[in-house]
Amino acid sequence: MDDFYRDFILDHYRNPRNFGTLEGATATAEDLNPLCGDTIRMDLRVNDGGIVEEVRFSGKGCAISQASASMLTEEVKGMKLEDVAKLGKDIVLENVGIGISPTRMKCATLGLRVLKSAAIGEIAGWPDEE
Amino acid sequence: MISLDERKVERIITDFPILAKPTSRGKRLVYLDSAATSQKPQSVIDALVTYYSEYNANIHRGVYEIAARATDAFEAARETVARFVNADSREVIWTRNATEAINLVGYSWGLNNIRRSDVILTSQLEHHSNLVPWQLLAEKTGATLRFIPVDSRGVLQLDDLDALLEGVKLLAISHVSNTLGTITPLELIVPKAHAAGATVLVDGAQGVPHLPVDVKALDVDFYAFSGHKMLGPTGIGVLYGKRALLEAMPPFLAGGDMIRKVEYEHTSFNDLPWKFEAGTSNIADAIGLGAAVEYLESLGMDWVRAHEQELLGYALDRLAPLERRGLAVYGPKDPQLVSGVLSFNFADIHAHDLASILDTEGVCVRAGHHCTMPLMEKMGWPATARASFYVYNTRADVDALVDGLEKAAQVFKL
Repeated sequence: MDDFYRDFILDHYRNPRNFGTLEGATATAEDLNPLCGDTIRMDLRVNDGGIVEEVRFSGKGCAISQASASMLTEEVKGMKLEDVAKLGKDIVLENVGIGISPTRMKCATLGLRVLKSAAIGEIAGWPDEE
Repeated sequence: MISLDERKVERIITDFPILAKPTSRGKRLVYLDSAATSQKPQSVIDALVTYYSEYNANIHRGVYEIAARATDAFEAARETVARFVNADSREVIWTRNATEAINLVGYSWGLNNIRRSDVILTSQLEHHSNLVPWQLLAEKTGATLRFIPVDSRGVLQLDDLDALLEGVKLLAISHVSNTLGTITPLELIVPKAHAAGATVLVDGAQGVPHLPVDVKALDVDFYAFSGHKMLGPTGIGVLYGKRALLEAMPPFLAGGDMIRKVEYEHTSFNDLPWKFEAGTSNIADAIGLGAAVEYLESLGMDWVRAHEQELLGYALDRLAPLERRGLAVYGPKDPQLVSGVLSFNFADIHAHDLASILDTEGVCVRAGHHCTMPLMEKMGWPATARASFYVYNTRADVDALVDGLEKAAQVFKL
């Protein structure tokens, strides 16, 4: 687990990308991890062609949940909303790499869960349980 | 030179088999989460195994030998626990845990005694187990919830206690805060609460394991605690209640064992304490808790308290230099005022990340809101890391914690 906290993770934790809220968001979702109280909110602006034009996230929590959410926002810009809805936990595991212990998997996938919830318009399941 | 006290703790450690087993990374297990649940000595494990392997039988009505032995052991455990807190054994009711004990009072006493015009007084630092049951009771009865405030150190503010107690029918307060370890001055509060006409329930989940407790001297009306936080098994807890109060209360759960005579239309109930123990009790774990209490008695609760104070003082000294680098230790930082609990955050490292890094060094601490979400919100802490000490902890465990924090500082490039 200690090898998890590599430079790029700490960088995303301390300098989160696309952080904040989005005026004129067309889809928004917010959730918390009840185990620890970490929160994430995702705001998306989707154009008429169903493409995610802009995304912002906000929240507070551990390095895993915040860095993972930050990295996701960089990837979904330009994606089709329907493809965002289909994302699985693999994208998170590829982003954060090795070393996540099973007890922290919910931290890593909280951002994805909220993002998918925004995409489908209802609370999505936990990606790590799929 | 090794002091007598260190020799004693070295002996204690050998009584806990789990402490001899290294972690999967080959580290020594440094268990600093006893406020969540304590480890179990071999004598408690043996008590469970002996019951199941030698005299497992249901209690109270069996006429054969092992049923009689089970009944004797079950009731002897009750006597042991009663002696430990200076109660009469008829006033000791087995429950699953402190939470169930508090809920028993909420439903059986609360619904029959709390009216719309009444006030339920609790505090801002309660565990959810001593808050949510009273929220439900207030909703059902229309009563008002009121809170004793805490200051920025997490110490109860009692200057306005007389005013706070006005109209109070029930005072429900913890003996020791699970998040900060602060000890409630019951000797000051309980007489005032009684003078104001209030019944007093104490959540002693963090009290009985760590402090000498005498329910008669404290003069509390109800006192709830859990076995698993005091070296006993999970699934067994205790409600102490003053006999007159318990006699007047209706049963909480109904079924077998709590009855005297049952007819199709009517039932008369059993005597105390069995009136509140419907169905087959948790026989094995009650016997296990009896063994845990005997173990604590062999150490002496004054020693337990002194040992935790000594460790906390040492920990505060060792952690002080880290405060320059962003370590924040919460609470009054005074071993006289707190039990062996240390809540902290380290610079911008989230408590969960801190706990994960400490885990790689074999150091077990808890991270999060510690089931005190309103307190965390009030204090402005999203989460804290919490180390808690018990009879088997040593200065070497504190040193391992400090080394782990140094490692976290390295990993997070502080």
